[in-house]
Amino acid sequence: MADVIWTTLKLASLTTVLLLVLATPLAWWLARQKVWWKEIIAAVAALPIVLPPTVLGFYLLLLLAPSSPLMELLQPFGIQSLAFTFPGLLIGSMVYSLPFAVQPIRNGFEAMGDRPMEVAATLRATPLNAFFTVAVPQARRGFLTAAVLVFAHTVGEFGVVLMIGGGVPGQTEVISVKLYQLVESLQFGEAHRLAAGLLIFSFVVLLTMFLTERRARKTAP
Amino acid sequence: MSGVDDRKGIQAEFDGLLGRFRLKVSLTIPPKGITALVGPSGAGKTSLLRAIAGLTRLPGRVMMDGEVWQEGRRFVPVHQRTLGMVFQESSLLSHLSVKDNLLFGYRRASGPKTMRLAEVVPLLGLEPLIGRSTDNLSGGERQRVALGRALLSQPRLLLMDEPLSSLDAQSRDDILPFLEALHRTLSIPVLYVSHDAEEVARLADHVVTLNAGQIVGTLQPATPDPLSPLTPDQIRDLARQALEAGIKPNPSAR
Amino acid sequence: MKPLGVLARLSGLIAVVCALNVAPAAAATVQIAVASNFMEPAKEIAAAFSAKTGHQTNLSFGPTGQIYVQISHGAPFEVFLSADKERPQQAEKDGFSVDDTRFTYAVGRLVLYSTRPGFVDAHGKVLAREDLEHLAIADPTIAPYGLAAVESLGKLGLYDRLKPKIVQGSSIAQTFQFVQTGAAEVGFVALSQVINRPDGSRWIVPAKFHSPIDQQAVLLKTGANNPAAKAFMAFLKSPTARAIIRRYGYETP
Repeated sequence: MADVIWTTLKLASLTTVLLLVLATPLAWWLARQKVWWKEIIAAVAALPIVLPPTVLGFYLLLLLAPSSPLMELLQPFGIQSLAFTFPGLLIGSMVYSLPFAVQPIRNGFEAMGDRPMEVAATLRATPLNAFFTVAVPQARRGFLTAAVLVFAHTVGEFGVVLMIGGGVPGQTEVISVKLYQLVESLQFGEAHRLAAGLLIFSFVVLLTMFLTERRARKTAP
Repeated sequence: MSGVDDRKGIQAEFDGLLGRFRLKVSLTIPPKGITALVGPSGAGKTSLLRAIAGLTRLPGRVMMDGEVWQEGRRFVPVHQRTLGMVFQESSLLSHLSVKDNLLFGYRRASGPKTMRLAEVVPLLGLEPLIGRSTDNLSGGERQRVALGRALLSQPRLLLMDEPLSSLDAQSRDDILPFLEALHRTLSIPVLYVSHDAEEVARLADHVVTLNAGQIVGTLQPATPDPLSPLTPDQIRDLARQALEAGIKPNPSAR
Repeated sequence: MKPLGVLARLSGLIAVVCALNVAPAAAATVQIAVASNFMEPAKEIAAAFSAKTGHQTNLSFGPTGQIYVQISHGAPFEVFLSADKERPQQAEKDGFSVDDTRFTYAVGRLVLYSTRPGFVDAHGKVLAREDLEHLAIADPTIAPYGLAAVESLGKLGLYDRLKPKIVQGSSIAQTFQFVQTGAAEVGFVALSQVINRPDGSRWIVPAKFHSPIDQQAVLLKTGANNPAAKAFMAFLKSPTARAIIRRYGYETP
């Protein structure tokens, strides 16, 4: 059981961190770019919400299976297949939660408007420097929201994990799948304990984040 | 920064479209003193200011003390143009304290620092604000901080875009003495957008009138010596004329 | 595969709706809940049933566990075709079904399958290969086919050795997808899933290697007084129905 919990936490934390790093440039581009066709990219990035998780999982499985074009690309690096592995699960979770990271960060950048970046430029800040010292702190509530959503979404994710994980102990067996298994096999006692633990833990994480956000809101408008 | 020669100051020429609006100007700003840019709203004052700053890209040419800021395909990005800008509305960075706002440009400026916190703070009366966050500052206080911040970035040109227009009469009266003090102290050129005759009368050494994207009048002081500017009354009259000229751009209609 | 399924379901629905308009006065309609894995044969049996008796059927499909939860919460199903024997037994114990109506209508066969031609040999020796990366099975704690797979591996004496290579699908349908996408080279799936696929390679696991994969049906109390429900239960045991069931890769008792 400790295995399952550790795998879940590792997966959710890594997904959150990596996705924030990857979604930020995309969100920035979407927020700043003026061309109309950026919305095509925005729509594509939002698609994982539309697909049922098991269907998304099915396509991810195709993508991570040994004969897929992606895996062929990775073959020179000694990677044959990522299906049923932790890295594969990580990729799947990131795709699955992508919209939950991009949207709030984009909103944060958009709410900031053009002015702070212009101010920074007139104060000698290079675009990169202005991005880190002005845009990111200005959009911090967007980042916080994104982190909360991605983390919670990953802990609770089920369909995708079920499909590309294969329930390998210590690798891809996570709480949500274990919980499903317990309920399906009518082991309600253990299921209740695990569900309660999951809920309490998630409650504490979410509450902490909301309180942090509240404080962030107080220190500056 | 001393003496007057042809290459000193700003030469700016633009001819380009912003949407359906055409800005076509050729402007010289003397190396010292406050040049007021007046005209009705929609005349292109802010656009011209932004184009000089490099915030808006328009075909044209900008020279600063003989140094190219824009010419042909060469376009020096904003952060490399040593200028300070005060925007119309409050533009303090809300995630930073007053002090960190003031020092934002100072920390990033290169070369010797001629403007220091210890001088700028008393000049603009910022002592009571320095330890505070940017919330709960009055409009006048915010603009004073923004002005101080611009000065501390060691600019060679100060651009001010109607810095008082969003303030109430009281705040305006509070801040004007600071600007006048600045006027006496500052040795860099200032381009000051306004449509308030009173402000222009109190502050300006030169007046440039803009209408519908074109310069319709340039009023220089009688003598080019900045040490003997026009009297306030003279400037006030000139500004009034300029504003009226801006509002009624067609001279033949008068 | 998916769109075809939807189409088939849709046309089935249309057929039912059309048929309703012309059904004889004595005809009744029976609500049947069917485990997803038995969808295709169930449709064919239902069609044969309607043709023979004039009664109409309404088929609902879903995972067995889910159907059972629905039944225990008052879903209006009258006949329950389960993918296992545990849920019908449970229904009997919990008093949702009519006593003495439970019977095994189909017995599943386990097959070791790979999409690669020639990969699986006639005796399942492929399982002993060192370079085998993944063996897909259904979750043995949930799915009867998964349990059968584990039992068969035990019988072959390979379970402990293969354990690290096992990946589990939550259902036999998902397990089949693992194999079909090539994510797992080989897997224990249901014969009914591959009987109409001449491609790949397979080994039908001898039935004596594992406890029987019984699929049971039961008449629910909601259908106790519906002649169509009782007629359907009887029809399920008829030679016509049994022939259809066998054609889809099941055995009949």
